[in-house]
This record gives sequence, structure tokens and C-alpha cells, in this order.
Amino acid sequence: MLFCIGVTGVLIKRNALVILMSIELMINSINLLLAAFSAYSNDPAGQIFVFFIMVVAAAEVAIGLAIIVLIYKTTHSIDIDVLNKLKW
Amino acid sequence: MFTNFIFYFLSVLALYGGVMVLLSKKPIHSVLYLTLTFFAIGGHYILLNAQFLAIVHIIVYAGAIMVLFLFTVMLLNLNKDDRSPKPLWLKAAAIIAGIMLGLILIGVFRGYDLHLTQHPMKSQIGLVKELGKILYRDYMLPFEVSSVLFLTAMIGAVLLGKKEQI
Repeated sequence: MLFCIGVTGVLIKRNALVILMSIELMINSINLLLAAFSAYSNDPAGQIFVFFIMVVAAAEVAIGLAIIVLIYKTTHSIDIDVLNKLKW
Repeated sequence: MFTNFIFYFLSVLALYGGVMVLLSKKPIHSVLYLTLTFFAIGGHYILLNAQFLAIVHIIVYAGAIMVLFLFTVMLLNLNKDDRSPKPLWLKAAAIIAGIMLGLILIGVFRGYDLHLTQHPMKSQIGLVKELGKILYRDYMLPFEVSSVLFLTAMIGAVLLGKKEQI
């Protein structure tokens, strides 16, 4: 459920920060699902995997925020409809 | 029964926080609702007997990542939500796509009889000691590789933050 909310958020919002937050929401929903399955089947591998996913998500948030700050410094806008210069 | 009530309460809280992340007009409110969602998910981890994960989740997400988001929102001073709204048909299409994804996921879970044999719950799994043993014995390689990942991320973040040209 949280995953669907995150997907909808990525599609709707124009603010790049909120898009990043929706991605975090999706990652968290996957974490919760993995932990639930790990508890259900008594397998600790699920919790270890959640741990590594958290590691990757933390690193990705740091880099994503650095990129957003840089984009803001150069173009003074983080609205993705303005920032679509990569398109043709 | 108390456990059931807490489970439903935390689920409603997490879903409400998630929806309000999208529906709030100011980005700072979205960040605060995301923090609420993270705390609710941390509570869910405790319910699942994953104490180590719960503490790590609260420290990493609510402690570090949310602080990063708050710094960025306050640095960029984004409180004015002055964007021209997206066309309504696009928003409606995205919401319908999200709802259909949700229906597909619910349909998958309803029509699938979980015939997993219910093992007696090993109550030691979520504890730090057991997870630590497994982490250092079986999963040593991903652990070391993730340290290299962190190093790369740190170098990248510092490089992206430099003022003068490289």
C-alpha cells in the first residue's frame, strides 16, 4: 500500500524533493515487507537484507540531495517541468 | 488484542502519513509527514520482533535522513508552493495508475494461499546478538562491500559540494 502511494507520488509531484521523498517511501515499504516475511519464516536473511537496503538508501539520499542542491544553485528552480533540458 | 489494536493503529498512521506526504501543499509539511511515517514503520518493526532493525531504522531514517531533508528544504527555502498545477488529466491518470497497482497487489495476496508451514517462532532472531553473528559469519562480503559503497558516496557528496571547479 505504501508502495503504491510512493509510486503515485513520483508520478504526480513536480517538486524534485517530494519525488525523492516518494522514492524513500517506496524503499521503506519494501523494507517492511521483507522484515515481515523474515519474521514469518524464521529466516534471518530477510532482516540482514533490510539492513543492507537501509545502507544503500541512506547513501542514495545523501547523493540525491547533493545533486538537488547543485541544480538549485545553477538554475534556481527545482521544478521538474522546468528542468527537462535533457529531453529533446 | 492489544497487539492487534497497536498493529492497526500503526498501519493507519503509516498510511495517513504517506498520503499526507503527497497531499500537503508545502514541502516542509511533506517532510514532517514522512517523519511520522518512518516512526510508524519503526513501530511495526518492533511488532515483528525485529528490535535491532527498529532501532537502526529510527536512528538512520528519522535521525539522519530526515535531518538531511530538513536541511535541504530550509537551505533552498522552498516554502512557497508557487508552481503552476499539472494538468488535471495527468494527475487523474497517475492516481488511477496507482490505484490499479494497489488493486493488482491486493489481488495477488488475496488469491494466494500461504501454505508455509508455521514454524515455531524463534524469538532470538531479531536480537542484536543473533543478527550480529549471522552478519559477521555468513554475510561478511556484503558488509565489507557496503563500506566501500559508503566511501564512494562520501567522496561523491564532497565532490558535489565543492565550490571551486575541479
